[in-house]
Amino acid sequence: MTEVTLDRIMSAAPFAGLTKPASAALKEQIGLGLSAPGRAISNRRARVIWAGQRMWLVAADVALDGLAAVTDQSDAWAILRIEGPGVVDVLARLVPIDLRADHFKGGHTARTMLGHMSVGITRVGAQAFEVMAMRSMAATLVHELQSAAENVAAR
Amino acid sequence: MRITCPHCGERDRREFYYQGDAVALARPAPDAGAQAWDDYLHNRDNPAGDTQDLWFHEAGCGAWIVVTRNTVTHAVADTKLAAMVKR
Amino acid sequence: MRLQAPENTVGFTFDGQRYRGVPGEPVAAALLAAGVRLVARSFKYHRPRGIMSAGSEEQNALVTVGRGAQAEPNVRATMLEVAEGLEVFSQNAWPSLKHDVMAVNDLASPFLGAGFYYKTFMWPKPFWEKLYEPVIRRAAGLGGLSGQPNKDRYEKAFAFCDLLIIGAGPAGLMAALTAGRAGADVILADEDTAMGGRLLREVEDIDGQPGADWAADAVAELAGMQNVRLMTRTTVTGAYDQGTFGALERVAGPRQARKPLECFWRIVAKHAILCAGALERPIAFPNNDRPGIMMAAAVRAYVNRWGVAPGKTVTVFGNHDDAHRTAHDLVAAGVKVAALIDSRDDVEIKADFPVYTGAQVIGTKGRHALESIAISHGGETREIRTDCLAMSGGWNPSVHLTCHMNRRPTWREEIASFVPTPEAVPGLMPAGACNGAFSTAACLQEGAAVAADLARDLGLKPKVTVPVADDGAYRITPLWAVPGKGRKWVDFQNDVHVKDIKLAAQENFCSVEHMKRYTTQGMAPDQGKSSNVLALAVLADATGRGISETGTTTFRPPFVPVSIASMGAGSQGKGFAPERLTTSHNASVARGAPMIEAGLWYRPSYFPRQGETHWRQSCDREVGHVRNAVGVCDVSTLGKIDIQGPDAAGLLDFVYTNMFSTLKVGRARYGLMLREDGHVMDDGTAARFGEQHFVMTTTTAAAGQVMRHLEFVLQVLRPDLDARIMSVTEQWAQFALAGPYSRTLLNTVLDDPIGGSDWPSMACGDVQVAGVTGRLFRISFSGEHAYELAVPARYGDSLFRLLVAQAESLGGGAYGMEALNVLRIEKGFITHAEIHGRTTAYDIGMERMISRKKDCIGQSAATRPGLVDQDRDQLVGLKAVGAVKQLTAGAFLFEQAAAPVRVNAQGYTTSVAYSPTLDAGLALGFLKRGRARHGEVIRMVDHLREIEAMVEVCDPVFFDPDGGRARG
Repeated sequence: MTEVTLDRIMSAAPFAGLTKPASAALKEQIGLGLSAPGRAISNRRARVIWAGQRMWLVAADVALDGLAAVTDQSDAWAILRIEGPGVVDVLARLVPIDLRADHFKGGHTARTMLGHMSVGITRVGAQAFEVMAMRSMAATLVHELQSAAENVAAR
Repeated sequence: MRITCPHCGERDRREFYYQGDAVALARPAPDAGAQAWDDYLHNRDNPAGDTQDLWFHEAGCGAWIVVTRNTVTHAVADTKLAAMVKR
Repeated sequence: MRLQAPENTVGFTFDGQRYRGVPGEPVAAALLAAGVRLVARSFKYHRPRGIMSAGSEEQNALVTVGRGAQAEPNVRATMLEVAEGLEVFSQNAWPSLKHDVMAVNDLASPFLGAGFYYKTFMWPKPFWEKLYEPVIRRAAGLGGLSGQPNKDRYEKAFAFCDLLIIGAGPAGLMAALTAGRAGADVILADEDTAMGGRLLREVEDIDGQPGADWAADAVAELAGMQNVRLMTRTTVTGAYDQGTFGALERVAGPRQARKPLECFWRIVAKHAILCAGALERPIAFPNNDRPGIMMAAAVRAYVNRWGVAPGKTVTVFGNHDDAHRTAHDLVAAGVKVAALIDSRDDVEIKADFPVYTGAQVIGTKGRHALESIAISHGGETREIRTDCLAMSGGWNPSVHLTCHMNRRPTWREEIASFVPTPEAVPGLMPAGACNGAFSTAACLQEGAAVAADLARDLGLKPKVTVPVADDGAYRITPLWAVPGKGRKWVDFQNDVHVKDIKLAAQENFCSVEHMKRYTTQGMAPDQGKSSNVLALAVLADATGRGISETGTTTFRPPFVPVSIASMGAGSQGKGFAPERLTTSHNASVARGAPMIEAGLWYRPSYFPRQGETHWRQSCDREVGHVRNAVGVCDVSTLGKIDIQGPDAAGLLDFVYTNMFSTLKVGRARYGLMLREDGHVMDDGTAARFGEQHFVMTTTTAAAGQVMRHLEFVLQVLRPDLDARIMSVTEQWAQFALAGPYSRTLLNTVLDDPIGGSDWPSMACGDVQVAGVTGRLFRISFSGEHAYELAVPARYGDSLFRLLVAQAESLGGGAYGMEALNVLRIEKGFITHAEIHGRTTAYDIGMERMISRKKDCIGQSAATRPGLVDQDRDQLVGLKAVGAVKQLTAGAFLFEQAAAPVRVNAQGYTTSVAYSPTLDAGLALGFLKRGRARHGEVIRMVDHLREIEAMVEVCDPVFFDPDGGRARG
């Protein structure tokens, strides 16, 4: 389990009918457009993570004036990378969604729960996930994943 | 219970917040009169069979969803984004 | 008695006595091997009882495992695995299992029949709760809880599959092989320690090899498949909506400190196959409950699977061909068979042991263990010496899970039992014995066929190859209760016998549901698994109806008892509710502040200083800081919602009662939010940072609710509004700087200090704090000249420390929730204590904030006559004026002369504080026609705390009523 720090996170919510222009503008700025629902995409400069209905998180500085509502979320998220052969077993203790490899593939992302916390989960490798939770709940996030991992390891 | 979110697919009921009857979609005009507002706010059918209600995918994508389900069999027949429902 | 000496044994204890057993075998097998017959006392009559079955349906052999905090009661000895050092105790007996004083209940049994308690202990009425019930409950019962917190670990988990197969007997294994080979994603769950079901317990061949070997091969093949997940020791306990199943796993291996004991699974499956097999049912003959009387299939299981003979001289009693199998297996294993008793006349049996056809067992003897039985045969009574009687009244398909969604099973005459009703649970198909197919060949056939169908449904191409197996017909002539005197037990766990059921019928509790509740048959952990069909048959007989007309009670989840610990696993501490910590948390804790919960947040109560021994001292001092110097308080927990878009102002106009489209950029405004039913939902401020950009604040408590509400408006009510909302609560650390020196304090941290008129009341905008862009709001929740300064959360900790240090140098300091509350009560500012869901804008004196120039949520309903009635309870201030200064929240208000009873209540208090500023006990509350009653002295009565005080009704704004301090 390691902490992931993204220097910049902006939320982008395109206004009515402006999703395509917003995506095009984004692509010009960071080389990535808005990802499909349930998908996260990245290049060397930036990442774009679908974060809910008409909402994306962009790990880069962006300017989408008049196209999308943009807020600074750089300090709002605690992100953990959790990795290893037992990672799906650990998450299965806490997360009520289907994370089987052929259903939730690399680049898939979901908004869901981890225990009682609202989180975003992205598969970033065959045995690796990133979990985003509210910054204020970081200690609980670590605690929950740690106890689940201990339980799995003790078997 | 599982509900299919139009964005996220089938999800466990725990991710959703239950609001109540989908009558909420048909908000009366401010001057519709006391009876119309009373019906809108308080009066509900209690069907043994199909019913439509509003659920919020609160721990998911944040979509408000109109769910058509059966109160007897618990079968969920249909789910739609509330924003897309014609009214 | 062991048939062969085992290679490897371990030691365990039962009631302190040491025994040896094979690791992993059931404790029941080890006890039988050691010749232990008496293992339990029955629930009501404390009858001596022995092991009856070899599975989770066990009714008698309930034991307690472990001691102290870790003692676990009501564990089935038939499911409990032998392990080194295991401590097992009997239950419901005192002083010992052999000499149980409560066995006197059995002598009194003629008086203790069904309904006895209700009839006898009716009078005098108050005695029931205080005397009779506790005594009865102590006498009856199962194992007890330790009363100590359980330190064992438990888990909950989720699993997903295309196909869940419940039970790994011949049908389940065949289904798993068929679906697994076709590539389906399968979970195969079985409650036993090994997969194979009855194949592990019977002597029969599949494809020319022993059934157990075939099962082992099948399991090995399945274990090699990536797409198949095998879950042993896992009982599927319930079928729920949309293909969700509950399952309880007993985690394998020895107990270890940090290892979970059990895991409760929520399995989601596109399809499921129920291959739960069947349960053998007892026959009701007199005294059929003595230790040593067992189910015939259980006897075969102990002999064939665990190499244990449950007796030296065994008798078999049955009404179908399966019973003969028991006798033959015993003989093959070298155990003496005293007799085979078949109740049917029309059978011919050739054997080396005595066979009685058309015979019945009519009595048994032996106090703590079976010694002999009496049979009636050809009109004569014959006594047979035997220490074990294997009985079988036939098989009941395990239909339980198919009933979990409220459908009843269907009676099938030729097997004299119930089978699942098709489509009883959507997506769950029965196969094999649980579907009434009792031969091994039929089980394999059905398992393969159902799995193939479902695999095709999943878009796969299954191949069906079914091995050759025994296909004997199941011939049964129903035998329920044997005529004759003496108690014939039906439900062993609840101590219900034939006469109880007849009595129920006689007293007109003829409906099966009434009979169940009158006799308690089919209740408790066992849920009538073994007894239901027999009980129905007896009831049918007593009422002169057929069994299918009599019907059945329904089976509800869970199929086996599920420990609360496993269901609540992970829900302690942070798992019960996440902890939300502000950026100033560590600094506050370092200053000794006790943290209190505010929703999920933790906020400081007060900041004690040296010499302060009571929270009031700290609180009063902190109030003084704000009133006289400057105080600093973390207000990051308030909800902050960023609103942008062409219709951002339109959205605010629609959700707030007052106008926001007229608000100037760079200004904030107080807003009141109603529910559509006209009651107040929340209040807060919204600040305009641009023509199309607002930041709304909500109360800490309602942040989530308001976010949901705004989405509701944007998606459901007004999809025409083009605005986007996003919570920015987590992004910003925000601090209130309140008091006469607040601007001085502010200027110590701003890059460009502000002057007196730069930031008038309710101004807002960006500022630079040590090179970081922050947001500044001139708003006050204390009535003082105050600001709120927000910076990105990563700077929150350092800014808080800096502000507090600077405030201290100005004669102020940090203040906590207690002082914040006093300050706002002095000013009559409301919180959710006042806007508690039943108050209207009119009640809190804000009806003029409902603009008539536009539509808004709650506007129509707020004008209903009932919500603006002048007799309603209205917000008032209350000041203690009598000898008692202490006011309490939740107390009632009465006119001075009125008796303090409910009908005279005129209102209630909602918030209270001692005001050091005014040296008075203050309260906010609601009083009938309160606004017109300022100056009146009334009585506050707190019935719970027994406090009474005289209070003067006044304006809720106690301090600085014209608001000059905040503006100045």
